[in-house]
Amino acid sequence: MAVTKKISLLILAIVIVLFAVSWIAKTGTFEDTGMPLGLSVRDGFLVTFAAFLTLSIFSFLYKDNPYYKFAEHLFVGVSAAYWMCVGFWSTFVGNFIPKVSEGLSNFFEVPYKGFDVFYFIPLILGIMLLLRMSSKIGWISRWSLAFIVGTTAGLNLIRYMRSDFISQVSNTFVPLVVDWQGFGAFFSDLSLNASGQLIMTMSNWVIFIGVFCGIIYFFFSKEHSGFFGGASKVGIWVLMVTFGASFGYTVMGRVSLLVGRLTFLFHDWLGLIN
Amino acid sequence: MMHKLLIVMCLLFIAGAGYVSAEEIPDSLKPALPSDITIYPDSGGNVAVIYWFPSADDGAGKNIVTGYALYRSPSPKGSFEVIDTVPPGPNRYIDFLPIDTTVVDSGAPFSPAPVTEVTLADKDNDHGHAVIVKWKTSADDIAGSPSNRVLAYNVFRAESQSGPYLMRGQSASGDTQYDDVGSKEREARDYMPDYTDYYYIIRTKTIEYHPGHKDYFYIVRSITDNPDNYRETSPLQFDGTIYTDSQVYGPVQCFGQWFNSGLIPVLIFVICFTAITVFMIFRARRGAELFVRRLAGIEAVDEAIGRATEMGKPILYVLGLGTAAEIATIASFTILGRVAKKVAEYQTGLIVPCYDPIVMTVAQETVKASYMDAGRPDSYDENMVYFVTQSQFAYVAAVNGVMLRELPATNIYMGKFFAESLILAETGALAGSIQIAGTDEIAQIPFFVVACDYTLIGEELYAASAYLGREPVLLGSLKAQDYAKAAVMIIAIVGFITINLNWDWFVNLFRVAN
Repeated sequence: MAVTKKISLLILAIVIVLFAVSWIAKTGTFEDTGMPLGLSVRDGFLVTFAAFLTLSIFSFLYKDNPYYKFAEHLFVGVSAAYWMCVGFWSTFVGNFIPKVSEGLSNFFEVPYKGFDVFYFIPLILGIMLLLRMSSKIGWISRWSLAFIVGTTAGLNLIRYMRSDFISQVSNTFVPLVVDWQGFGAFFSDLSLNASGQLIMTMSNWVIFIGVFCGIIYFFFSKEHSGFFGGASKVGIWVLMVTFGASFGYTVMGRVSLLVGRLTFLFHDWLGLIN
Repeated sequence: MMHKLLIVMCLLFIAGAGYVSAEEIPDSLKPALPSDITIYPDSGGNVAVIYWFPSADDGAGKNIVTGYALYRSPSPKGSFEVIDTVPPGPNRYIDFLPIDTTVVDSGAPFSPAPVTEVTLADKDNDHGHAVIVKWKTSADDIAGSPSNRVLAYNVFRAESQSGPYLMRGQSASGDTQYDDVGSKEREARDYMPDYTDYYYIIRTKTIEYHPGHKDYFYIVRSITDNPDNYRETSPLQFDGTIYTDSQVYGPVQCFGQWFNSGLIPVLIFVICFTAITVFMIFRARRGAELFVRRLAGIEAVDEAIGRATEMGKPILYVLGLGTAAEIATIASFTILGRVAKKVAEYQTGLIVPCYDPIVMTVAQETVKASYMDAGRPDSYDENMVYFVTQSQFAYVAAVNGVMLRELPATNIYMGKFFAESLILAETGALAGSIQIAGTDEIAQIPFFVVACDYTLIGEELYAASAYLGREPVLLGSLKAQDYAKAAVMIIAIVGFITINLNWDWFVNLFRVAN
């Protein structure tokens, strides 16, 4: 136990020394570019601290450790406070106050937009939500929750019915053969071009069969056996191929995020790459 | 020791930030720029009209703008010279351009034919505040041809026949329509009141210049009492090419419609679907046996809870990043209720870190109700459902920490997930937990599929809530969805056949307006 503590202290000492060296070195680097001393000290500290936090988060790849915990708690604490401030200034000061009080608008230095009694409805619902902290009248908060869930569900019903249901159904109405001008033209113009007749026709067949079998997979009122079982297997294959393509696409996006952090470390911090 | 060092680092950071703050005017103290700046020619290209809406700090906000300074240069990288300074407020400035009269006009300059047959009409099926402008293209507009000398059409609008006309937008050569859509918000800069007369001019723009004319670049600067405290735009181009205006057309008025006839197919489907749902709920309430096939992922939930009880470790339940009104989150609440009830019965631990405060409130209510249903209200601890933060990756960092420190036996991810899905699922897998996930976010399902033991794909999440709850309302809804899916399959087959027979009438039934 004592040995572990000594190692931890040794690592801490190394981190502090490296931090100090980096801060001084970065300050010098910024000063060399003609930046005033004050700004150089600040930017040197910020770059070093950002690199320290980046490496602290990366240290999680090894295992949970005090540096990761520090970065995690700092991140959570700062973000929670930040979003609370954003909520207050954008929702309460930005939206509510300009519509209810000229005096408060002047106090918060936001333009008064005229009194609107309807803005008291969300205020009352919000206060009702806060009443849940009372054990006696906490049940009133359920009214606010019911309002939020109910109205959004109602609004979404129309939106989903239009975009996810009717539009998608109509998109499966595709021609069996694209731009058919006879067998002669079909074979003479045969190509694997993505916008060619063969590929477009195959694409339409995949759309139709994929949608049909996919829906069968999500049919819950019948056991997946016989024809249903076969069709649902095709459906899950279609889904898995789609997921695979989506997986690869997204992973590439994540790699670009990693490249971004590595660029910060090796360019902005260490200055090893141009 | 560690804590003291951290405090010292924070103090150093604050001191460093404070030390340097006095040396420059911080960005937050500088005045905001004017908005919606448009620059266009007038009087045959001899003047430039510069129009803008005041800065957010002009008479409002920080209220420090004392005027606007205008700069002009023949080149975006050249030296900009101040041409005038104007007082605060909405502004329309006319700049008389320096025309080079030494350039000799060698012949009659090209002048494009104006657009003709302009029609103005209120936009149908909307809430108002929009006018559709249609025209017949200029006789000189040979769209698609390399010799086409017409570049575009600019649409100008005024509230009186004599103007002033302000540019509303631009259409490419060959286009015959522009949708002039304004805002319905009174305080918005783009507010376009209904039942007001509007007049339009359509300008045919070319790619050529009159002799002596050329493009210019302008910078508009918000100025304050302090000459060092200002903010300016990047160079804005004035297009000095030849143009021809149409005659004035109008008036036209815009107004909203009570009914959007383009959404009639949606209305029909909503009525049919609601009727089937209500019918199936009534059937379920009357005790009809409604069959729902086995869902492996959901059956695994009970096993996972049993495993957690045997191991004496808690269950981590993540509701995702959705709001309380998202369908996936609502389905997740039902599953959470079931899990919490089992947890209460088995006296296992439950951890529910929440991203959204309202979701946390609903989750607390759900868990509390489940503990009461299980007959163990005394075991309920409000702290088992807690708020973390509304920052996506800070939330992930916190949940990852919980996974590695509390080592839950089972992680359940049900709800709306985004980029954090793989990070959560990978960490859970590293911690050795059994993982069950469910989401309707298609892009995230692959990550759960590869990193979790069981995954509920898309609608299986909704079905799971009905499967577990066995409540008539949920079961009836699930059955109605299945009937809707059957209808979709039939419609898809009919549509597939009719479109191949060129019977467009059936396809047109499913055309829905936006």
